Amino acid sequence: MTNPAIELKGISKAFGPVQANKDISIRVMPGTIHGIIGENGAGKSTLMSILYGFYKADAGEVFISGKKTSIPDSQAAISAGIGMVFQHFKLVENFTVLENIVLGAESGAFLAPALRKARAELAELAAEYELNVDPDAVIEEIGVGMQQRVEILKALYRKANILILDEPTGVLTPAEADQLFRILGRLREEGKTIILITHKLREIMEITDTVSVMRRGEMTATVKTSETSPEHLAELMVGRKVLLRVDKTAAQPKHQVLEVSGLNVVDEAGVLRLKDISLNVRAGEILGIAGVAGNGQSELLQVLGGYQPATGSIRVNGSEIDLTGSSSDGQSRRARGIAHVPEDRQREGLIMDFMAWENAIFGYHRDPAHQLNRFLMDNAAVREETAAKMARFDVRPPNPNLTAKNFSGGNQQKIVLAREIERNPDLLLVGQPTRGVDIGAIEFIHKQIVELRDRGKAILLVSVELDEILSLSDRVAVMFDGQIMGERDPSKTNEKELGLLMAGVISEARI
Amino acid sequence: MDFLTLVQVLDSSLRLATPLLLACLAGLFSERAGIFDIGLEGKILAAAFVSAAIAYITGSVWVGLLAGIGASVMLSAIHGLASITLRGDQIISGVAINFLAAGLTVVIAQAWFGQGGRTPPLQSGGRFEPINFPGAVPSKEMADAGPLMQLYSELLSGHSLLVYFALLTVPISWFVLYKTRFGLRLRAVGENPAAVDTAGISVIGMRYAAVIICGILCGIAGAYLATALQANFTKDMSAGRGFIALAALIFAKWRPWYALGACLLFGFFFAVDNRFQNILLPAWAISSVLLLLALGLLAYVWRKSLLDKVVLGGLGLGIVFVSALIVNSAWSAGLGTQIKIPVVFIQSLPYILTVVVLAGFVGKAIPPRSGGVPYMKEK
Repeated sequence: MTNPAIELKGISKAFGPVQANKDISIRVMPGTIHGIIGENGAGKSTLMSILYGFYKADAGEVFISGKKTSIPDSQAAISAGIGMVFQHFKLVENFTVLENIVLGAESGAFLAPALRKARAELAELAAEYELNVDPDAVIEEIGVGMQQRVEILKALYRKANILILDEPTGVLTPAEADQLFRILGRLREEGKTIILITHKLREIMEITDTVSVMRRGEMTATVKTSETSPEHLAELMVGRKVLLRVDKTAAQPKHQVLEVSGLNVVDEAGVLRLKDISLNVRAGEILGIAGVAGNGQSELLQVLGGYQPATGSIRVNGSEIDLTGSSSDGQSRRARGIAHVPEDRQREGLIMDFMAWENAIFGYHRDPAHQLNRFLMDNAAVREETAAKMARFDVRPPNPNLTAKNFSGGNQQKIVLAREIERNPDLLLVGQPTRGVDIGAIEFIHKQIVELRDRGKAILLVSVELDEILSLSDRVAVMFDGQIMGERDPSKTNEKELGLLMAGVISEARI
Repeated sequence: MDFLTLVQVLDSSLRLATPLLLACLAGLFSERAGIFDIGLEGKILAAAFVSAAIAYITGSVWVGLLAGIGASVMLSAIHGLASITLRGDQIISGVAINFLAAGLTVVIAQAWFGQGGRTPPLQSGGRFEPINFPGAVPSKEMADAGPLMQLYSELLSGHSLLVYFALLTVPISWFVLYKTRFGLRLRAVGENPAAVDTAGISVIGMRYAAVIICGILCGIAGAYLATALQANFTKDMSAGRGFIALAALIFAKWRPWYALGACLLFGFFFAVDNRFQNILLPAWAISSVLLLLALGLLAYVWRKSLLDKVVLGGLGLGIVFVSALIVNSAWSAGLGTQIKIPVVFIQSLPYILTVVVLAGFVGKAIPPRSGGVPYMKEK
């Protein structure tokens, strides 16, 4: 019997009182893709950091191809044939692809021969694994999908046999994710061992051979992927039964809330970002905007949210909204009953160094209800109110004095959602509501959005997750290249048709 | 102004640019690795004192140079300890080094030599002598030589070894930064230390290496001041050169060849200041230059925000006012009257240029992305 490519025995690691990893053992056979799934904070990343020499385990042993190996630092991990692709890429943004690949693996003191060697080898790798990248492209000028390839190439250039990918699809569009999976399949064929860390069940089911589930620092199960189901895995992850489908009744749309017509946006570089967009959303329905990231969805949300000038017309509850003038800002949009859950919660939705209670009133801080008198804010009341809100939205830990960055992604999103929903808006703009959010929180967030709809509010949902769009929306509009390619009824369409629209192919999609 | 005067000013520019250039490259290595170093000034000063003192005691300029470098590297190591190992604030650590050097040099000099905080003048052997190229004309006969000979003898020949060394550090720095493994890692560690760390290279090691190089170059700059440009140490003799070098570094966008250009420009201003204590210009010329400047400013702020209009527009109107005053006072004697440009104005030129550079009027300079941020492994 062959030795496992990598075997962990009894790995434990504590940070102070928190036991991040508790007696973890796994075996990964060579030439397989092994998934590790678990919610945020379950200890997946800690485990992989131990494997890559970032942390030292308190106890336990690592065997590589049957040999006991100690990994005190990243250098040792690299020479043991382990390559890691981090969730946040470790690339030097203003270096070229080639320079990034060579960094740390230069063959001599001078660069020129090292770069020559890397260029030749890169061409070979590209041919072998279908990993094409332009070696002279500068990292900050290529897309995230390409950047990820560079990370994979970095590992392969260092002769990695074991490749660890931490949440690799978190930043990718569906098309890019599919491409990544093709590459991973190809690597498996070539005998490489891959460990895939994710919290997305679909990915696990699609590509892995075996899967281990982690919960609260422990390995709760390791199963063959073919012998399990998403529902079963979700239950193992969360520790209770999870509803993967969104439970909702048919929409009962009423009057028009949002009417957009002839909307155009030209960016600073003079490029037309939105081309003659027209759409409408009625009270009591969810309009989902599908599309590959970067096709104008962000601009649409920014215009509606009041921080991107545009031309055209937007009417809310029948009256025109100022698109360029002095009353075109977030403040006046909110006054008109438009609430906005921005796409990038860490940059647009929250101030990461501020406390939860401060974040919980941003944008509404001028509300007289929050003022003690003309000069002072009633912070005590805001704190109290926030604590109540956090309890209602199941934010964990429910501590209003904690800074935003100390919450997990899902709980950060709940803070933003609570702030916007609790103001009882007529129109809610939601961008990527569950990006980087774990499965238990996704269920909760989806439920909140549907509930708001059932209260007769209009909701505009932008997401790159097609699953999410299909399960939440009452109508789906697809954007491509700044235009709306078409509108579909989610119950009468499928991923294939929407995928074609997302790629800008109309004629075939009509069939 | 005749040709010889110009050559002499350029010659003097080169001398005065040398310490700036060394300090600027010192800052370049440090900042490219992500360690901001506001303590260049202090290191130069400390090196100037130690090199002068040791050169005086031993009578050997080389021992003095080494001692100066040693002192500067020691301060660098302190900066490294505070900002790399202990992850402290790099600005505060740099400021502390400046204070430390400004105070200690004078106190020790006074205690040691008792000459009011200066070191005794260095004799031949204790200082760097000018190197005369073969065939160069001595300065007495310079006026009779041809223009090419003047250029050769005055501008190229007759500098101390350190001037030539400083010029040589430019291509060397360029080569090291862009053509070697060390340079690639150094630049990477200033941009994204996490990338360096995950590639299995020690971030701390790289940053210390950069800081030590910075110390060596500052040490040479300081030794140059006290043993080549002058022949003893005087209180505060670095005179803000460390800070001007930082401005030149921004001006140069953290690139070696640009740094040479920036430092030569600053050196030129210093040289003009040294050479021309009294510049006489006709009143009409002065007021027209001022008016043009004011018009430029007003045109610049025309489409800017209200705050810009108030601040820069106000400055422009102020300049118009000064120009009007000059015309008014020169009116009775005729607009051709020669007016003396105040010495302080010439002296402040390098500093004004520094302000203009730092205010970002000269293109956008993007510093290394992880500059000033201590590296911590993330979870």
